[in-house]
Amino acid sequence: MRLCEEERAMLAGELGEPRRWALAHQVAVGAFFDAADFVPVSQAHIMADTESLGEAGVAFLETLAAAPAAERRVRVPTITDPRGVDPRVYRRLGQSDAMAAIEARAAAAFAALGILMTDTCINYQTILPPLRGEHVAYGDTGVVIYSNSVFGARSNFEGGPSALAAALTGRTPRYGYHLDENRRATRHFRLECTPRDLAEWGAAGAIVGRAAGSYWAVPLIDGIEAPPGSDALKHFGAAMASFGSVALFHIPGITAEPAACDEPALRIGRAELDAFLAAYAAPGDKVDVVVFAAPQLSLVEMAAVADALDGRRVHPDTTLFVSSSPEVKSAADRLGLTARMEAAGAVVASGICFYQSYAGEMAEANGWKRLVTNSAKLVNIIAGYGYRPTLASLDRCVEAAVAGRLS
Amino acid sequence: MPLVLSCHPGIGPAVEGIALVARDNFSARYDLDRKAGVFSRPSHALAGQSYHGRILVLDQAKGGVATAWMLHDMAARRIVPLALVFNRVNPILAQGAAFAGVALVDRFAGDVTALIRTGDRLRIDPAAGRVEVLNRDF
Repeated sequence: MRLCEEERAMLAGELGEPRRWALAHQVAVGAFFDAADFVPVSQAHIMADTESLGEAGVAFLETLAAAPAAERRVRVPTITDPRGVDPRVYRRLGQSDAMAAIEARAAAAFAALGILMTDTCINYQTILPPLRGEHVAYGDTGVVIYSNSVFGARSNFEGGPSALAAALTGRTPRYGYHLDENRRATRHFRLECTPRDLAEWGAAGAIVGRAAGSYWAVPLIDGIEAPPGSDALKHFGAAMASFGSVALFHIPGITAEPAACDEPALRIGRAELDAFLAAYAAPGDKVDVVVFAAPQLSLVEMAAVADALDGRRVHPDTTLFVSSSPEVKSAADRLGLTARMEAAGAVVASGICFYQSYAGEMAEANGWKRLVTNSAKLVNIIAGYGYRPTLASLDRCVEAAVAGRLS
Repeated sequence: MPLVLSCHPGIGPAVEGIALVARDNFSARYDLDRKAGVFSRPSHALAGQSYHGRILVLDQAKGGVATAWMLHDMAARRIVPLALVFNRVNPILAQGAAFAGVALVDRFAGDVTALIRTGDRLRIDPAAGRVEVLNRDF
């Protein structure tokens, strides 16, 4: 890779050990992907849950945090993805004091690096959306695919260590979706029916992702006539990224960049959406936990859950879990939405997102097996943690939570 | 003379070990019980099998960004694959391998999950972009 004078100084350790580690890490990754040089980034977003970090990851952060202030502070605005523990509700979820303690250590280390603990995977709805052409270093696949596609930002999937490295150096290797030639559509899909709710938008994204099947594939989806709204594209993109590792899609006339694809279109209609949902159906099954998260809920989704729960009561043998970002949770508190959900028996969490919160340990502590959610992304992730997931609309999720079993 | 497969230059140290092969994909969060060191996702082709100390030969990297932190913690706890040999990885697996110091190679001339069989003894040289199948002659 071509390095400028400042990059060579960082690599030589002249700007301190944290920036030396960061640049060396980035050169290793950049060389692997044949990056010619670095590109400056305006923001970084770091995956920060302690289940992923582990003791080794937290100890690594603490080592960086012990460096002199001038050497350890991040160079661009840097925010965090959801954490593993919400101190207000962790005991109700069967999480342990040890989990809360390691979270506190990680948070202290991140703060010492000058990182803003936003604890959110919907920063594109709540913090500072990027502009078209803006190079960023985002973690969380849902954040990357939404920002690349809807806004026309330029980011690769940056895992925690790489996003942290970008924050410390203010740049990232120029490969993948930072380059024009990789942003052209390579796969063609046609949506022949309009999804009826967020679960179906997620199902549609999952079908596209599964068929595209690679980080390096760029789907173009036509047949979507009217803008479906931010929450619909949030679930659509998050599921596409989860099922296919996809980082960019185009919907001509709706997403940011003009796009065309000469390949024959793979058609997705009512039958395909119904078949996708049917694969997760479990009629009559007892329901252990109903989850509204993954991605965290927008304020509009929080209001929809509160409306659906009004005058109802969650079954005593079922847990209803709702999670959003600290910003949205604060607004939900102020607007009375949290109180309405809690009055129905829901657990309303802030700054976490179910699968990043020691999901396996929660299943064990609570005896949870059958999980119902309107997140296609979550049904894809959670089976590895020992859950049996069902995908259903928001209304069916609430019905299941109240009845304690699936209809 | 052992069978030699060429690939793109990779990441991490040269290693020698036994292959565990499947035409399936990989995410540390989605697919693994990282305490027991086994594939835990019921629908994964390697469900129930131990990955500890094996050279994983798989198709693509899938799923979220968690693998980038998780490989490092798995390596620190010494319940980790010896190396990763893929047809094509996404940035997360490359970043995770670089951070954890785990050997990783990808981009072969053919389908590496067909070229290598479970139980093959492999020598991987990431810097050279080379995988030798020691128990099979060219």
